[in-house]
Amino acid sequence: MKPEKIEIRWHGRGGQGAITAAKIVAHTGFESGYKGIVMAPTFGTERRGAPIFTSLKISRQKIYDLSPIDTPDMVVVLDHTLLEEVDVAAGLKPGGLMIINTPRPAEEYHFAGMKVAVADVTHLAQEAGLPSGVVNSGIIGAFSKATGLLDIDDLVREIENEFKDKKPEKNAAAARLVYEKTRLGGAL
Amino acid sequence: MHMIESGNVAAATGVKLARANVIAAYPITPQTPLTEKLSEFVAAGELAAEYIPVESEHSAMAVCIAASSAGARAFTATSANGLLYMNEQLHWAAGARLPIVMCVANRGIGAPWTVWNDHQDTISQRDGGWIQIYANDHQQIIDSVIKAFYLAQTVSIPVMVCYDGYILSHTYMPFEKPDQDQVDAFLPPFTPENMLDPDRPYNFNTVTLPDVRPDIHGQTAPGYMEIRHCLHQDMRGSIQVLEEIDKKFQAAFGRGGHPFVEPYKCEDADHVVVCMGSLSYHFRDVIDLLSQEGLKIGVMGVQLYRPFPEKAIVEALYQKKSIMVFEKALSYGNQGALYADIKSALYPCENRPEMKNFILGLGGREIKTSILVETVRNAVKHTAASDDHPMWVGLKCQE
Repeated sequence: MKPEKIEIRWHGRGGQGAITAAKIVAHTGFESGYKGIVMAPTFGTERRGAPIFTSLKISRQKIYDLSPIDTPDMVVVLDHTLLEEVDVAAGLKPGGLMIINTPRPAEEYHFAGMKVAVADVTHLAQEAGLPSGVVNSGIIGAFSKATGLLDIDDLVREIENEFKDKKPEKNAAAARLVYEKTRLGGAL
Repeated sequence: MHMIESGNVAAATGVKLARANVIAAYPITPQTPLTEKLSEFVAAGELAAEYIPVESEHSAMAVCIAASSAGARAFTATSANGLLYMNEQLHWAAGARLPIVMCVANRGIGAPWTVWNDHQDTISQRDGGWIQIYANDHQQIIDSVIKAFYLAQTVSIPVMVCYDGYILSHTYMPFEKPDQDQVDAFLPPFTPENMLDPDRPYNFNTVTLPDVRPDIHGQTAPGYMEIRHCLHQDMRGSIQVLEEIDKKFQAAFGRGGHPFVEPYKCEDADHVVVCMGSLSYHFRDVIDLLSQEGLKIGVMGVQLYRPFPEKAIVEALYQKKSIMVFEKALSYGNQGALYADIKSALYPCENRPEMKNFILGLGGREIKTSILVETVRNAVKHTAASDDHPMWVGLKCQE
């Protein structure tokens, strides 16, 4: 990883598990040698279904600035319908990466100067045996494939740990399936 | 072992490791997840404590007072208006010399209603006779909670461990969780000299006359003023006690060494920023950026606010050109409380540094590195004496 600090913003809906997804990445990052980890959920009033976001900062050194991310390196969107409600690309650094759970192909998304990665996580997670709407384990597969930041095996181990009482094998399978099916597009 | 968790969970884990006997709390944002976690520990049998749900913060402190009087290690936690609702009982706990430990997830005070962070809640309690410690990150939260129980029972004074609501309470970051065996070896059992005991009846804190009087043994018993003088003396003495406890903690766990103030790049600095809580760590990024511009500048976080560690503060600041105190609270109609305290501590020094006071982040107003850099850069340039009124950072419109 080249930059000193990687800033990842996660967009989801209240109850969708964006915080859990970011937590899995945070734990795996720490275990992979990134000792500086800060994950800050939206502060204040969270409601089920309403748009929320979570900031995740990852660094080799301790992070002192805990304020929300203004200029992310990457944005992860757990629900493509959020694109109609929220400016998910706000502040994304030039050449930044947008990862979207969507049934539509990458070519349909245009963010000037940005890279795009897509996967139909909602569908693939069901294929892996998860109930409809569980996307927070699957999206990790797209994150690993698109960023190359953290190893999929390490992430899957953390998924199994996080979901140890909630279908760990199926959540792990969803992440692996999405990893295989993630497609990259945009300005590469 | 390490954990990546929220500041509230760091606090709850510290309380569990310290083996609190009685927990009484009323939920209030952003403290709620801390007490929820503790109730989970108790329900799961992981913490052998009595968890007493109460109908208000006033009752939470009343239960802690009763439990502590009966010899139990008592804990509660709150925020903002919840802390203010306890006010009368807070003064009682300090006057009664009960070693209660309380976490405060700092939050602004209504009205207007806010759930977000500033320091007005605990700053408004600075004169009540509680020891106040401000933590900068999750490691300091969990370590301070453990040290707080030791300090409280050693000096018989209650201790508040304060940490920024949301910014620390709800943010996840890594921290080391001490082993239970090590904490058990570090923290002595709580064995109070006097406690409520049906076999040895006592009266506690009855009406105390203005003057001294002979007791039943013919000895001169202290009046109210002597008892209060004793509280003040013991508060002053607790500075030394905290230093010793911090040394023991450092020997056992390898962390600590800055029980009063935590300086960063202050030694050769001309200018020093002073603040409390997570802001003092955030300022390290600001200091690094300004250092690159050639400024000789540092930041000092104040961790022990009451009793006020003047000696450490004067030693760190007396030779500096300028001191900038950034605060998330103020004494309305005057200045920031920390600013006034630091000015007062530096008054006897020759060549007193120039001082400026900044108020920021009230009710969770976002604090950005870029704004801090600009504010400090301008403050250092304009060396003319200010009119001593605090400058407000980040106001977006003025009524």
